[in-house]
Amino acid sequence: MSFSKLARETTHSFSKLARETTQRFVDNDLTPMGHGRMLRKEDPRFIRGKGRFIDDLQLPGMLHLAILRAPIAHGRIVSVDVSAAEAHPKVKLVVTGAMLAERGLAWMPTLSNDMQAVLATDKVRFQGQEVAFVVAEDRYAARDALELIDVEYEQLPAVVNVRAALDPSSPVIRDDLEGKTDNHCFDWETGDKAATDAVFARADVVVRQDMVYPRVHPAPLETCGAVADYDAVDGTLTLWSTTQAPHAHRTLYAVVAGLPEHNIRVISPDIGGGFGNKVPIYPGYICAIVGSLLTGKPVKWTEDRAENLTSTAFARDYIMHGEIAATRDGKILAIRTNVLADHGAFNGVAAPTKYPAGFFGVFTGSYDIQAAYCTMTAVFTNKAPGGVAYSCSFRITEAVYLVERLVDCLADELKMDPVELRLKNLLRPEQFPYTTKTGWVYDSGNYEPTLREALRIADYAALRREQEDKRARGELMGIGVSFFTEAVGAGPRKDMDILGLGMADGAELRVHPTGTAVLRVSCQTQGQGHETTFAQIVAEEIGIPPADIKVVHGDTDQTPFGLGTYGSRSTAVSGAAAALVARKVRDKARLIASAMLEVSVADLQWDKGYFHVAGDPAKSVTIQDVAMRAHGAGDLPEGIEGGLEAQICYNPENLTNPHGAYICVVDVDPGTAVVTVRRFIAVDDCGVRINPMIIEGQVHGGLTDGVGMALMEILAFDEGGNCLGGSLMDYLIPTALEVPDWETGFTVTPSPHHPIGAKGVGESATVGSPPAVVNAVLDALKPYGLRHVDMPLTPSRLWEAMNGNPQPPI
Amino acid sequence: MQVTMTVNGEQVTRDVEGRLLLVHFLRDHLALTGTHWGCDTSNCGACAVWLDGEPVKACTVLAAMAGGHEVRTVEGLEQFGELDSIQRGFMHCHGLQCGFCTPGMLMTARALLDRNPSPSEPEIREAISGQICRCTGYASIVRSVQWAAAEEAGTRTSADVGSPP
Ligand code: FES
Ligand code: FES
Repeated sequence: MSFSKLARETTHSFSKLARETTQRFVDNDLTPMGHGRMLRKEDPRFIRGKGRFIDDLQLPGMLHLAILRAPIAHGRIVSVDVSAAEAHPKVKLVVTGAMLAERGLAWMPTLSNDMQAVLATDKVRFQGQEVAFVVAEDRYAARDALELIDVEYEQLPAVVNVRAALDPSSPVIRDDLEGKTDNHCFDWETGDKAATDAVFARADVVVRQDMVYPRVHPAPLETCGAVADYDAVDGTLTLWSTTQAPHAHRTLYAVVAGLPEHNIRVISPDIGGGFGNKVPIYPGYICAIVGSLLTGKPVKWTEDRAENLTSTAFARDYIMHGEIAATRDGKILAIRTNVLADHGAFNGVAAPTKYPAGFFGVFTGSYDIQAAYCTMTAVFTNKAPGGVAYSCSFRITEAVYLVERLVDCLADELKMDPVELRLKNLLRPEQFPYTTKTGWVYDSGNYEPTLREALRIADYAALRREQEDKRARGELMGIGVSFFTEAVGAGPRKDMDILGLGMADGAELRVHPTGTAVLRVSCQTQGQGHETTFAQIVAEEIGIPPADIKVVHGDTDQTPFGLGTYGSRSTAVSGAAAALVARKVRDKARLIASAMLEVSVADLQWDKGYFHVAGDPAKSVTIQDVAMRAHGAGDLPEGIEGGLEAQICYNPENLTNPHGAYICVVDVDPGTAVVTVRRFIAVDDCGVRINPMIIEGQVHGGLTDGVGMALMEILAFDEGGNCLGGSLMDYLIPTALEVPDWETGFTVTPSPHHPIGAKGVGESATVGSPPAVVNAVLDALKPYGLRHVDMPLTPSRLWEAMNGNPQPPI
Repeated sequence: MQVTMTVNGEQVTRDVEGRLLLVHFLRDHLALTGTHWGCDTSNCGACAVWLDGEPVKACTVLAAMAGGHEVRTVEGLEQFGELDSIQRGFMHCHGLQCGFCTPGMLMTARALLDRNPSPSEPEIREAISGQICRCTGYASIVRSVQWAAAEEAGTRTSADVGSPP
């Protein structure tokens, strides 16, 4: 028996044994190859409590870091006295902004090319800002020592309201920027003003509505944290951190800290939810690195919930004025909007460089209109920086909310059914690829069947009859509809980069001699199930069962470069990379197979998992046979290198455009103004579906976010700039009691440019659901003559609106 | 101070500070990191464990208070290499995504099934209402618990009570 055959047989029986063992553990009786409902490969560790999250890490000699934060929103630092903290017996290190400044590390770039203080040197600019840090032997001692640091502030007036911030008399927050004399952050516009104004001027009907998308927080269940381990001997830094973009972070650390990039390894282990919150680099990560550099020990930083809510990246915070123009019979003609954007103390927006307002430009929604125009002014205030995409592709949530509320306001004005109005204006399938009036190309869509499917599941007509009966009895039932188009999968790199790093994703696939494989991807999972989905993509392309494909991610030393997981870009970009790298491997396998079968490549047929001679299926080799041959003894065809592996970097041609139709049914208690979401129907079209179970889960999660934002989530501030949402007692997140059992459906419009026709889906529901909920509540409140109430629709806010006294949330 | 308790059937004794929370005792002193921590205010339930058979939030119990008592954590669910049906239910019905809330959810759900072997959907929702899941939207957690209940009653008919393929 030849060595290779022996090796193959033994490893085959090994892998059979291994597979049986995993199967016993996994209890996985549903493992279809490729696309299909397959149980998740990551679950066995999580259900045993064997996940490996940042705070689970214990390294020998590890120290603990805690951060002292500003108790006030705006103030000059007069003095910082750390002597008592330094004297604490368990304290190893105390660092202030002044000490960082000596090393040139007091400031770091944000993802939008602004500068943010790592530790404040001159002023504090928001409540919760980092002022000093302590490294101590255990986490309790580190916190004790914070109490011993004495900081004297000269309090300055806090600038909380965006309009007040623009007043010339307002105190200047960013006096660190040379020549800055106001709180203006940037202006931005899109669309054609003249054309839009012309359409508005001759429209039969114009409806105007002010609306606020309040500041909210992604609040993943795991807060942010890091473990930094600097090895002074070989000059390498290993940083485990809660990051959704390990490669981009590594490059930024190299630039900020001046460490050579090849000596930095960023590991993003299991992450307890991200939702955009873990895209930015936070001062805490830098503090942990500095702590480890200065002590020579591994240093762990885990923020508490108050720190997470008050200092890490928020989302939304747009004050929008919207206008919609239409004909009397309900043909939408144009949309115009003006936005005031609160960016907090530093511009920390996480969006491609050319898009300071993210993808807000898609505010024309899913409708066939003639013109659109938007102006925006962004402002600095004494609030935490951020502006991340909380489960959406860069500000699309705000855009979809604006247009979907405006359409409902128009329906109200025209006394038209909101479904009828939408059906009349949706883009038609023959219009795709469609270029919007603000220049966005929607790759594909077939909207009407999606909306009709939602109507069918909901039994819309019956719901309207039920509502009529209830209204006659004085009960408040509402039906809300929304339709959205997402734009996900950033790049393409010609248009999209983050701080100069192109938004393309690498992938590498190695097939081992025995026919099992390792896929290395640049994106990273925070619960999306990449270890499963990506194995399925490769399985479909190359015929190796998903169980035999390991997906490696979240470690810059182990994976090719790419921009990470956010904005629903994983399947759209890295998923495409996975499919294409598998095809590249298959192409090489084909050449080897042709030699093995002694036929020309043209005479070979591929049949998921094996090549056979055309017309003679019995003459075949499996992909596993080819793998062994590629590594084994014996000659390979002329010009073919040994091994069976490939690497690519995928640059998407365009964004992918999932869409969906959502219907929400609510009951409002007329006596308490409590809203109950009774039903929620979500029909999503995310192109070709890989794992329907995972897709459904992603939709469920997003719908819950949407109900949260519509009904309860808000980061509010008092006049002094104190954050009123600093705990989960104040920042409300839906529990199982506030959400219904979701009803989902789907249609499939493949992306024409994605290699497997897939589109992103992780955030569609967060984008599409808030307007459906708000539209439903306002529909319920028709008898009160209300056209709009701002989120969150808490009982007290709704009660005031029902009693003729609606309050803006901020 | 010295504290002795039984954790997952094993007796442990450690020297601890009086103020040490049970959640940190389990995680930092016993390296049982399956029990998570997610908030400052006892709202999230990521830390749920059993104390003498009842679910408690381990961030709200001092290690010293658990002295002389029995603690069970997620690591104690699997017995003799066999997963608990609640663990299998979560896998089958996609009751987890990031997995951070999962240990707490599992402990609460196991306790529910022990006192009520066939809970209704509202009863399941009520039982887990002290816990936050930011990923799943809860419906699949409810199904996971129903799956386990059916499994234990011997009435489970299909592998999946979730979405069909
Ligand atoms: S850690 Fe949140 S309830 Fe215990
Ligand atoms: S699975 Fe992520 S919080 Fe529940």
